[in-house]
Amino acid sequence: MDTNTVSSAVVNLAPLAKAFAIGLSAIGAGLGIGMIGAKAMEAIGRNPEATGKVLVPMLIASAFAEAVAIYGLVIAFSIK
Amino acid sequence: MENTNQVQNNIVIQPVSHEVTIYAEPIFSVGKFEITNSLLTSWLTVLIIISFLIVLRKKMKKVPGKLQNFFEIMMEGALSLCDQVTNDRKISNKIFPLVFSLFLFILVSNWLGLMPILGSFGFIATEGGHSAFVPLFRSGTADINTTLAFSLMVVIASNIFGIFTIGAWKVFNKYVNLKMLGSIFTKIRKDPSILIVAPITFFVGLLELIGEMAKVASLSFRLFGNVFAGEVLLASMSAIFAYLVPTPFLFLEVFVGLIQALIFSLLAAVYFTIAAQDHDEHEEEHEHSKEKLVHG
Repeated sequence: MDTNTVSSAVVNLAPLAKAFAIGLSAIGAGLGIGMIGAKAMEAIGRNPEATGKVLVPMLIASAFAEAVAIYGLVIAFSIK
Repeated sequence: MENTNQVQNNIVIQPVSHEVTIYAEPIFSVGKFEITNSLLTSWLTVLIIISFLIVLRKKMKKVPGKLQNFFEIMMEGALSLCDQVTNDRKISNKIFPLVFSLFLFILVSNWLGLMPILGSFGFIATEGGHSAFVPLFRSGTADINTTLAFSLMVVIASNIFGIFTIGAWKVFNKYVNLKMLGSIFTKIRKDPSILIVAPITFFVGLLELIGEMAKVASLSFRLFGNVFAGEVLLASMSAIFAYLVPTPFLFLEVFVGLIQALIFSLLAAVYFTIAAQDHDEHEEEHEHSKEKLVHG
């Protein structure tokens, strides 16, 4: 049987788009959370007794920074 | 997870896909209204919370037992956290019921999605050539509808709370700053810079309106993204090595569920406080104290 193979003329950019969406968001979030953690470590180092007081605001601020990466993740999931 | 097609006797048989879909799957319909598995789990959440609280209410005594003691400690801690946000006991008392109920519901809903057995009940739905496994229970907050409803409610309720606290005219002036436009005419002789300041303030007020939309989007997507990504993560880890690999991720998801519930209710309290704030009172206080310093 003669079969004609037709190669796709259009490159599927969707996987690339998904990768960029989450990849770039992760860079920003990683930097943000790293900076928050660094400052928290500094604060604990200067005043070890304040660990309990520093911990909870640090976690809350990290969750805010992480949320922006989650926005990118949701977009990555919804790209078909 | 790929679907590999097997061709037997010219019939394509596809294995059942177990992927987690971004939209919740409908289980059955009541008339034209489709009941999704997230809605079912939300009902289960409400049932759990109500039954827990009924048991607590029946066993309430003056000298608290262990369960009542635990809840009293939690409520005290939550009320003091609310006080730190609002800086005002009266506003705390007004918004605490709503904020704490939000916290409880989102917490139980997040954790219910992690229960090991709940995700296994379901049925296989076939559409076209594809068949997929539809679980009967899926975390309530893993559906964008739930989180969107919550964030819309919080933003609209905070504005209504502002109307109740400081009056509708002031809340309206927050967004469409007619007072500033009017003050162009009244203050133009005393303070000519008002000609530049007033239009800028007017447009800043309009931007606040867009800020409200941003609040809705960020609240809903933060909660939805965290819970949904957690589900996908657990499914992927289970696919790698069934019981050992997901365990640390399960602990992470328990922690994330708690943090996200805390952040949602904390942000709700912050929005309520901001909406009930009266900027003009603060400005008048500053002017009075400045006058006292100058004259006194």
